Amino acid sequence: MRTGHETWRQCKNNAFHGLIILFSAILFLPLAAIIFHILKNGLHVLSWEFLTALPKPMGESGGGVGNAIAGTLLLIVLSSLIAIPIGIFTGVYLSENTHGKFSHIIHVAVDMLQGTPSIVIGIAAYIWIVKPMGHFSAFSGGVALALMMLPVIIKSTEETLKRIPNTLKEAALALGAPYYRTMLQIIIPTGFQGILTGVLLGIARVSGESAPLLFTAFGNPFLNLNMNKTVQALPLLIFNYATSPYEDWQAYAWGSSCLLLIFILSLTLLTKAIRPQ
Amino acid sequence: MQPRKRQTIGEWIFKASLVLSGGLIVAVLGLMCLTLLTHAWPSIVALKWKFVTTNTWDPITSTFGAEAFVIGTLLTSLLALFISLPFSLSVSIFLGEYAQRGILSEVFKAMINMLAGIPSVIYGFWGLFVLVPWIRTFQIWVGIPPFGIGIFTAALILALMIIPYAAAIGRDVIAMVPNELKEGAYSLGATRMEVLLTIVLPTARSGLFAGTLLSFGRAIGETMAVTMVIGNSNLLPTSIFAPGNTMASVIANEFSEATNAIHVSSLIELALYLFVITAIINIIGKWIIQRTEVSHG
Repeated sequence: MRTGHETWRQCKNNAFHGLIILFSAILFLPLAAIIFHILKNGLHVLSWEFLTALPKPMGESGGGVGNAIAGTLLLIVLSSLIAIPIGIFTGVYLSENTHGKFSHIIHVAVDMLQGTPSIVIGIAAYIWIVKPMGHFSAFSGGVALALMMLPVIIKSTEETLKRIPNTLKEAALALGAPYYRTMLQIIIPTGFQGILTGVLLGIARVSGESAPLLFTAFGNPFLNLNMNKTVQALPLLIFNYATSPYEDWQAYAWGSSCLLLIFILSLTLLTKAIRPQ
Repeated sequence: MQPRKRQTIGEWIFKASLVLSGGLIVAVLGLMCLTLLTHAWPSIVALKWKFVTTNTWDPITSTFGAEAFVIGTLLTSLLALFISLPFSLSVSIFLGEYAQRGILSEVFKAMINMLAGIPSVIYGFWGLFVLVPWIRTFQIWVGIPPFGIGIFTAALILALMIIPYAAAIGRDVIAMVPNELKEGAYSLGATRMEVLLTIVLPTARSGLFAGTLLSFGRAIGETMAVTMVIGNSNLLPTSIFAPGNTMASVIANEFSEATNAIHVSSLIELALYLFVITAIINIIGKWIIQRTEVSHG
């Protein structure tokens, strides 16, 4: 027999459950709106010319964002070249020395770096590289993005390697393999998938960043693959064109947003596919 | 103990590069703090407390009072936090308690991941072209000046951006609450809601607080989306619908055009404060989370 009080408690319980689902599900609305508007305004802009051509001067139709795509790829390569080795090595150090004082300091530094606003990292890269060299450059942008990638790579490397059974390492050492070869040829390859996941997530994180590039890579209306000169990037182009009053340029911005979103989402899907279970 | 062996060159190089990489991270952080401090020093010395207590920001007359930006940052971040809280908490409870596995859980996780993956500049772009007209319609309907852009719009976008971050932390700390505690309450006849409100949330309290703190840190430093929709006005905001500026957005707007040495220095001073505040928030937040992880095994 249910008393009235119990029914009332059941009702409250169900209402609470419904409320939680409702508030969670409301978030689909803005997400759907963002994706809808980007596809609606951006998809029809995408074409072979859009992907390969350079921006046309004001008033001429056509043209594309080939310079920004090439620039974004250049920045990703530069930042990866810097961040991947340092990130993996730091991750190996942290997974091997779990309790040391130095490990603790590195952990705090990695947390701080991850929390540092991207605009502050841009300013630091400006002061360190742009100012002494006297000009903006793709290289300085690559350094800024590398700083943003590092925490992601370090954390995933550390987590992955910590999960590898110790017996594997002991077996290799027992066979007489020196420590460095054990790590480089047994442990790191075993954790390859996990490390790769971190690298891809790092790339996904930085490929949409524009704040650290404002004062470093700076932007460039022409195609450039020289890391000593300024370079355009998709997020920078979106920022500049979105805030411009010209409809042609705004269409470029929608197309670039569409492209960038597709790129980042495919990277995230890829990490899901290769992530070790 | 291992017997002492003569270390090979390779061994030595490998170990040295491990330590060097780790040291490099620490050095970069230290150097960043030092660089910001030295470059902000001229402005710190010249303006002292007036920098944060006066609100006239005029590069032409070299007057730099950043009070309006500090208030703009606090206002947008707190408002965003306030707006995001019911949603991030709901998602945390849903994913951490109601649906830890299953299709629905995967769908909501995918939604959160997608929200987290959208770049800041795209949030800003969408905000500028879609959300701003909506807000403008709303403002006309309510009968206040229809700016569209402004503190409130920036806070809405910010809320959307920090929800995935807060929800991910919240889900983890809620899922970490020991089952024995929940089972104890269930066996006494408590409903799921009663278990959540009296057992799960109080137990996860400090972790949820840390998640909120960390997402507040996120909101403070967020730049591009805010810059695009906040209206970039250097005046003290008169209402939450008025245009304004945050510390981060003023840096984004003015740094590459600043030529005057004291102007550059005062912008770097803003960056220094952002760096210090977010660093403190991150250290405290991560420390609380680590402590709860240890105590819950």
